[in-house]
Amino acid sequence: MSNARKTWLAFSAIALLLLVIGFAQSWNVSLGILNLCLISAVMALGVNMQWGYAGLLNVGVMGFAALGGVSAVLVSQAPVVEAWDASWGRLLIAAICFIATVAVALLCYRRLPRGRTRSLALTLTIVAGLALTRLFLDPAISSIEAIEPAKTGFLGGMGLPIILSWLFGGLVAAGIAWCIGKVALGLRADYLAIATLGISEIIIAVLKNEDWLTRGVKNVTGLSRPVPYEIDLQSSTWFIDFIRWLYDGTLSGLDAAAQQEALKQFVIDGSSIFVKFCYTGLFAAVLLVVLLLSVRALNSPWGRMMRAIRDNEIAAGAMGKDVTRRHLEIFVIGSAVIGIAGAMLTTLDGQFTPTSYQPLRYTFLIWVMVIVGGSGNNMGSVLGGFLIWLVWIEAEPVGVWLMQVGTGWLDEGNILRLHLIENAQHMRLFFMGLVLLLVLRFSPGGILPEVVGRRK
Amino acid sequence: MEAVIDFVNALVLVLNFVVVPGLSYGSQLALGALGITLIFGILRFANFAHGDTMAFGTMVTILVTWWLQSKGVNLGPLPTALLALPAGILLTILLLVVTDKTVYRYYRHRKAVPVTFMIASMGVMFMTNGIVRFVIGPNDQRFDDGERFIVHARDFKDMTGLSEGLSIKVSQGLTIVIAVMLVVLLFWFLQRTRTGKAMRAYSDNEDLALLSGVDPDRVVLVTWIIVAILATIAGTLYGLDKSFKPFTYLQLLLPMFAAAIVGGIGNPVGAILGGYVIAFSEVMVTYAYKKVFIYLLPQSLEPEGLLQLLSTDYKFAVSFVILVLVLLVRPTGILRGKVL
Repeated sequence: MSNARKTWLAFSAIALLLLVIGFAQSWNVSLGILNLCLISAVMALGVNMQWGYAGLLNVGVMGFAALGGVSAVLVSQAPVVEAWDASWGRLLIAAICFIATVAVALLCYRRLPRGRTRSLALTLTIVAGLALTRLFLDPAISSIEAIEPAKTGFLGGMGLPIILSWLFGGLVAAGIAWCIGKVALGLRADYLAIATLGISEIIIAVLKNEDWLTRGVKNVTGLSRPVPYEIDLQSSTWFIDFIRWLYDGTLSGLDAAAQQEALKQFVIDGSSIFVKFCYTGLFAAVLLVVLLLSVRALNSPWGRMMRAIRDNEIAAGAMGKDVTRRHLEIFVIGSAVIGIAGAMLTTLDGQFTPTSYQPLRYTFLIWVMVIVGGSGNNMGSVLGGFLIWLVWIEAEPVGVWLMQVGTGWLDEGNILRLHLIENAQHMRLFFMGLVLLLVLRFSPGGILPEVVGRRK
Repeated sequence: MEAVIDFVNALVLVLNFVVVPGLSYGSQLALGALGITLIFGILRFANFAHGDTMAFGTMVTILVTWWLQSKGVNLGPLPTALLALPAGILLTILLLVVTDKTVYRYYRHRKAVPVTFMIASMGVMFMTNGIVRFVIGPNDQRFDDGERFIVHARDFKDMTGLSEGLSIKVSQGLTIVIAVMLVVLLFWFLQRTRTGKAMRAYSDNEDLALLSGVDPDRVVLVTWIIVAILATIAGTLYGLDKSFKPFTYLQLLLPMFAAAIVGGIGNPVGAILGGYVIAFSEVMVTYAYKKVFIYLLPQSLEPEGLLQLLSTDYKFAVSFVILVLVLLVRPTGILRGKVL
């Protein structure tokens, strides 16, 4: 079967599944899943750039997604003026100290000859510089965290529309990726994997502990939205008229009082579906743009160069390609895409909870998406994002149901039965691993394998 | 005299909060890193499933421990888990051998690149993690029993008359003793037995070893068995010392990798050294030295802050920073890696 036909078939199947969920469970659930499918697809596209185009093994997806998440907070929350007033002087000095430390350390590294003097100078600069920075930063932090710790206790954000954070999240992730890439790229593939795994854990640790910046484990809730609120929709006339027009057939058959009652229910249900639908539109737009750019990039000379580097670094290097720079480039771009998806995710949740970032969900699941969908193929990653997310979500109720049916011969209160049903949700991890291994073994290219060579 | 007592007090404080925890945590990491380094040396890939292998072995041990406890079997002052260890080891061997036969062997015969092995090990990680959570659940489990302390802080104070106490938990003592025994055994095996020598030869130069008649399947099988023993014991000791939670074992992956790489990946001595380097750095950087300096400095110079370099939540950062430093300065690790 050709890739094009497979793509159509697979996406029709997913659309059908979403429709079935819509009719059988509810449209709210169906749209909710679709939204997360879209975000997962963007994230998978980012990983696919790094792994599929360039063969870089980034196991720190979680960290970049979290950076996107925190930028949603930093962009959209209103600034806490008292905190800024209390601390801006010290913060400024601390920032200057930090930048100076980095600059002097870099200067030592570049200018001094390799040897004991350089190591000593570097160590001294870093230790002294960080001590100096903390001398100003520590009091600044305590003055920030002292201001209404139950409500704010952090610096707040920029008070801009949250949709800008998608861009900002991409930029932040790209910036951090650049710093990481400078240090870690050029390592062997397995070392890079371990290094990125470590970095993502550190990013999460920072987000959990630096309360002055992110409120840490106290979470930031009630983020603003790029779409209308349900409660506003329910009281606006145009929306009520719209719902009345939509359900005209059902409503006209009822008497006046029942009509009012039914309309009210329809408006409440309709408003939450409408909000989800707005998100769907926004996310789909982002996905389309990213996808379009990815496809164009992959088919351009640049994309061919990337694949050449992936397939044989030495040969590509001999042809005059700067392998390390190209790697850095693709690492930064891929991480930016993951950051954008991370910001979208936090926007959808409406809250930032650092504890919710877990490597299995945010790193390894995305990897399953890319491998199963087809590494090196953009449509494959999108498909993987949709398919795996759908399976991940629906595996839970299906697993519990299967356990209930499977243990039907045991009586209600049986300890084994209760245990099986209670823990059935964890079987989805097992199932995901199985899917990954089966695809890797029997169809290493994934569902939609990479298209190699010139089309006729 | 006063000064001497203050100095001894400070010393005991450091012993109690830095040296003893560092030694036991370091031994646990070293055992874990040994497993990673053996897999890297023989099978030539970084095994992401290692943390979950440890969790699996520990889980079986815990279940058998509970069963023994319910039968009233115990080891007196020692934890019952020691009796349950062989069962845990056996089932872990079974798990690893089955995954090798069903997953890794195929790629080995096809001479796949290490990255493929690594991605396959992610799949194995998912599956093992799923099994562990399915059987024992995602929550904290305690299974220690018997005596809690070898040296109790209060007894120590009464005995010495110092104002600082030193306490050594049974689990900490056990960890160190068992780790030393295991390491001695392992090195005896690698250096002195035929199979051990075959493993080293295979790790050093695969083609040459094959030409000399080393049976690759046997070497791989023995490697998995040793890894299962090390992983189960390391996991159980960690669980006895802290507590058992599947997620924590997944997170142990990073310090263990760091230990293996810092020491020189593929080199067992390096893995042990790396384990202690990582553990001691973690403990030392996150310990608050205020009390130590109160003893050491005259009253006028008493420190104001906690004198803690980093909050304990940043312990991952410590192992990572050391990892990056070593990779930049000496990519082969402290001891030259890649030979058993």
